[in-house]
Amino acid sequence: MLTRRLFLKSTALIGCSAAASPLMSTASFASAPGENRLVVIILRGAMDGIDAFQPYGDKNLRALRQTLSLGPDHGATDLDGFFALHPGLSELLPLWQAGQLAFAPAVSTPYRDKRSHFDGQNMLEAGTGTDMDLADQQDGWLNRLLQVMPGQTSETAYSVGIEKMLILQGKAQAKSWTPEASMTLGPQAERLLMKIYHDDPLFRDASAQALEIVAGLKNAPAPAKPEDEHIALARFAADRLNGETRIASFSLAGWDTHSGQSGSLNRSLGRLAQSILALKADLGKNWDTTTVMAMTEFGRTARENGSAGTDHGTGGAMLVTGGAVRGGRVLGDWPGLAEGDLYDGRDLMPQRDIRAYAAWAMHAKFGIDKAVLEGSVFPDLQMGSDPRMLA
Amino acid sequence: MPLPYEQLAAIRLGFGLSPRGQLPSDPAQVARLVAESGPEPNGITLDKLREWQSEGKALAQKARNGTKEQNKASRMHKQRMRALFQAAVLRRFARAVDDPTGFGERLVWFWADHFTVTGGSIYYNLMSDAIVQDAIRPHLAGKFADMMFAAETHPAMLRYLDQTRSVGPNSVIAKQKPDKALGLNENLAREMIELHSMGVGADYTQKDVEELAELLTGLTYNPRQPTVFRARRAEPGAETVLGETYGGKGKASMGDIRAVIANLATQEATARHIARKMAVHFVADDPPQGLVDRLAGVFLDTGGDLGAMNLALAEAPELEENLRSKMRQPFEFLVASMRGLGMTGQQIDALRPAALHRHLLNPMAIMGQPWAAPDGPDGWPERAEDWASPQGIAMRINWAMTSPPELLGQLPDARDLLRDALGDTASEAVAWAVPRAESNPEGVALVLASADFNRR
Repeated sequence: MLTRRLFLKSTALIGCSAAASPLMSTASFASAPGENRLVVIILRGAMDGIDAFQPYGDKNLRALRQTLSLGPDHGATDLDGFFALHPGLSELLPLWQAGQLAFAPAVSTPYRDKRSHFDGQNMLEAGTGTDMDLADQQDGWLNRLLQVMPGQTSETAYSVGIEKMLILQGKAQAKSWTPEASMTLGPQAERLLMKIYHDDPLFRDASAQALEIVAGLKNAPAPAKPEDEHIALARFAADRLNGETRIASFSLAGWDTHSGQSGSLNRSLGRLAQSILALKADLGKNWDTTTVMAMTEFGRTARENGSAGTDHGTGGAMLVTGGAVRGGRVLGDWPGLAEGDLYDGRDLMPQRDIRAYAAWAMHAKFGIDKAVLEGSVFPDLQMGSDPRMLA
Repeated sequence: MPLPYEQLAAIRLGFGLSPRGQLPSDPAQVARLVAESGPEPNGITLDKLREWQSEGKALAQKARNGTKEQNKASRMHKQRMRALFQAAVLRRFARAVDDPTGFGERLVWFWADHFTVTGGSIYYNLMSDAIVQDAIRPHLAGKFADMMFAAETHPAMLRYLDQTRSVGPNSVIAKQKPDKALGLNENLAREMIELHSMGVGADYTQKDVEELAELLTGLTYNPRQPTVFRARRAEPGAETVLGETYGGKGKASMGDIRAVIANLATQEATARHIARKMAVHFVADDPPQGLVDRLAGVFLDTGGDLGAMNLALAEAPELEENLRSKMRQPFEFLVASMRGLGMTGQQIDALRPAALHRHLLNPMAIMGQPWAAPDGPDGWPERAEDWASPQGIAMRINWAMTSPPELLGQLPDARDLLRDALGDTASEAVAWAVPRAESNPEGVALVLASADFNRR
């Protein structure tokens, strides 16, 4: 039987411009690509990794930072005798203890020296090297993953939130939705509106798809208050991931802490922790097959600046969590904070290309060939050795 | 029965109908009223921006490693800049709501989009408004060449299309600093030809682009300097663009740049490109060729007189023949809604920053049109399909349900709104549905969410 849901699903696949397409599309019955799930959270504004995961065991830290990153004596939680978790992330401590949280303290994209947020984010989401003009980077690495993923459908990937996610833009179809667009129509208004739209295919199809998304939401309300947006994003992502979706991406802002960092970073880290916990709670048993990667465009200066903040840097931290993660440990090397260890005498020296971790995750969870990952998803990346980040 | 002209003009050329006052009812009057969309008396201009930016830079320098007070002064300055930008954005909405037909403010939007720049940081945001004051509004009914010159040499454009990074390889500066590897950036030159004047399919060569890029060297922006031309950055020697030779006689100068723009602006290809673009924006995604040819003819005959173009458009019979062919872009939808609801510009100016974001900027972004942030220099898409994403339509419905009660306090009767906002153009389905709504707010939402209202 052609149920309304199936019908809508098939029209969703062909988009609104192809009015003449057949009702049924075989692709809508293709099997979903396995049970593994990937969530990429883009932290816009450059998170200070040195403060999020404080290397209090590094004897040079204190000389660089006087009011920030003060370690376990000032509210941070010791993780391994060298790093301490910022108080803003303390809600994630149980995940660390359960071996479901890891971090790479010193990674970066190939972006160097200019330290512009916009360019840095473009490069992070485009996933390309430095050989391409940033203005020409029109598609993202998650979209290129979709292009090579067996069995993917238009439901496979979702970009969530108002922010446009370059990471999912490109030739492959990906859906986008922001919880704030979730309509609150009464049944009578919905019926009347469908009558009004009946003779206008553009409005008829688009509104039917929108209603289908909203009707399918089991557990993801629009944010009640603007300050709860991060939770709404996570809950919507979880709702989709509990269905056919396997890849979701959203972004969180509030990391550009040039002054008064201790307060603002605490709030931003708290929001990150809450959105991760909301994902975990709503994913239920699907958390076990989920990998969450939180990435930022670059790190911040090793030195604290004159206004109790930090400025744009180079190497930064990536947070990885999920039931699929081999956590409770640090990924990769620590470069050290001695004068000679710093990049350009000011920034944390990146130890590994952040794309290598993403590539290994896609290799492990979606079975993508290394050659494809190094050739088309991340052109010219050398994946190097397996960081064994995932279980 | 033909649609009364005042309704036709407001829907197609403007921001829709309004219960406030009489709408202009003949094409000459509609075209003449464009003059009212001149620069905002208290608007953000380049001259003010230079001052603010220099002040901000000085304050930020002091704040680095400075005292608490110095820190606060810098923060306050930034706050003031943000407030100025928010007020400027509200003015854009308010003027569009108050404009009698709306043609003038639609033309502001059209030309600001033709000469797209993006915002981003505080000062880029302010610049994106300054270019509208400095380059677009003064020339809405003037010569295209003058608008083009003002737009191409505006710091907002110089920044957006990388001209500030372009230095003549043999310029004084490049020779003084060989280690910096200074050189040409062709971005502005290319878009000047491809997007802003002749169009991508026109008869020009890569050589023209390169020579134009060399001719444009010298253009740059520094808030502490009163002009945008620095001869020390300019490539010496003559350049030939479209067969005309510029410069070379003496020092490179702004005069050569004005001359090359005047030539580009009056090419036959430019006439066709601009004519088609106006027809696409105001009449139909695939516009009637007759209209495009006529507009191109007017452009050529008048040497690119935009006043004449405006009148030709206002008189075009194709306006009625293609009614509802176009989808209102999100900005237009919001303005048209507030007009239809009888709101005044004064009410809009009085919105608090939180309301600006909640009712205007966030919804606009969700509908697919984040403020001053189109994808590229080609600006916003025109095709109806591009605006009819499920999320975009859902947000229009959502806005129609939730924002009018919060913006107005007292909603109009939905049946009155039907008449006020759609006039004689309401479809049978809408006229049938609105009185059957369960509540007045739902009736209001049905009018504003209808395809009739979302098309023009």
